[in-house]
Amino acid sequence: MEYIIGVIPDLIQGIKLTFLITIVGVLIGFVIGTFVGIGRLANNKFISWICIIYIEIIRGTPILVQILFIYFGVSDLFSINLDKLTASIIAIAINAGAYVAEIVRGGIQSIDKGQTEAGRTLGLSHVQTMRYIVWPQAFKRIIPPLGNQFIISLKDTSLFSVIAVNDLLYMGKAYAASTFSYFEPYLMVGVFYLIITIPSSIILRIVERRLDV
Amino acid sequence: MITVTDLHKSFGTNEVLKGISNKVDEQEVVCIIGASGSGKSTFLRCLNLLEEVTAGHILIDGEDLTDPKVNINQLRSQVGMVFQHFNLFPHKTVLENITLGPIKVKKESKADAEKHAHELLEKVGLSDKAYAYPSSLSGGQKQRVAISRALAMTPKVMLFDEPTSALDPELVGEVLAVMKDLANEGMTMVVVTHEMSFAKEVGDRVLFIDEGVVHEEGPPEKIFDNPQSERLKTFLGKVL
Repeated sequence: MEYIIGVIPDLIQGIKLTFLITIVGVLIGFVIGTFVGIGRLANNKFISWICIIYIEIIRGTPILVQILFIYFGVSDLFSINLDKLTASIIAIAINAGAYVAEIVRGGIQSIDKGQTEAGRTLGLSHVQTMRYIVWPQAFKRIIPPLGNQFIISLKDTSLFSVIAVNDLLYMGKAYAASTFSYFEPYLMVGVFYLIITIPSSIILRIVERRLDV
Repeated sequence: MITVTDLHKSFGTNEVLKGISNKVDEQEVVCIIGASGSGKSTFLRCLNLLEEVTAGHILIDGEDLTDPKVNINQLRSQVGMVFQHFNLFPHKTVLENITLGPIKVKKESKADAEKHAHELLEKVGLSDKAYAYPSSLSGGQKQRVAISRALAMTPKVMLFDEPTSALDPELVGEVLAVMKDLANEGMTMVVVTHEMSFAKEVGDRVLFIDEGVVHEEGPPEKIFDNPQSERLKTFLGKVL
């Protein structure tokens, strides 16, 4: 019991960082994903191929490899000293970006072609049709999978403890190592993840119902 | 108004339109009939380049749609189109559906566009639905909104792609009535339809499209009462 209580301050510190990395990372990932998802559908072959290559590389490699590559590999190549937090945010952003791109593509493609045709028939350009007609409808549909991606990315941040980011898992691990008690700290780490993920799921479901999707 | 010369359209190796030449005069109402798969909808969709043309020319008011230099958005804004499945924008109110084109394409002020939209809604008998969303409307109401949306652009010609085919039988009449009014006002119209009575009553000329060509054409009396070809006779035998 004493270890269960004792680990809490450390975990609160860790969860703040986990949250920060996830929120900033997923937000940037969402911007990347929106452009890449739309770019994938571009008529321009060059643009769509660049987007496909990006998506396939990210989806085809483990995120653990990606973080090590960014933190150690890229820093080494350019002889720069990326700090751990920046490297983590970049890794989550790039990783989530690829998955969000596929979500965005699916959302756009799920909108009936008749909507685009109706827009173009009025004389709206391709971009205007996308902006005023297709995107607002697609966005509603992609909110549930986006929320899902947020939860996945949140859990993915636990892998960043390999570069010693002081995230939730790392803080628990450090506590366990210093007290030689292993059951309670890891149990509490699990509980802390659930404290974020379960309410996230509930909020997501409420939003879904509000949007009537 | 519209001049079509030797229009060909293929989807892959499947040639759907095999050389159609025709004209639509100002204020004329042309009805297109034919079996499904005959190419009649494809022909209509070529008239505002919803389908890319494989070969041939389409002139609208002297401007060639098939010319790559032509401003297609500008041209399309002058050609109204009404679809079988309405294609209203579900996330916008009736009023917003109608004013989107005028505001974004014709750069009208919101107030002007809304004033015009209210007039159009009054004309089609839906003034009380301006702030409703499409999902709350019946099929016939949706199609009347779709017609208003197209008219809001003050087009030179209106294309109708089977506008009543997706409607319950009792709702067909209200849409046809709006179209009839439009024809009486002198709107140039091209209508792909299965409503033979509408073609007979409102059409100035009827085209029978079969296997990608205009198989027979003429005034409705001639097409319906005195068909020449076997194919047209068989087709009319099935639908009348």
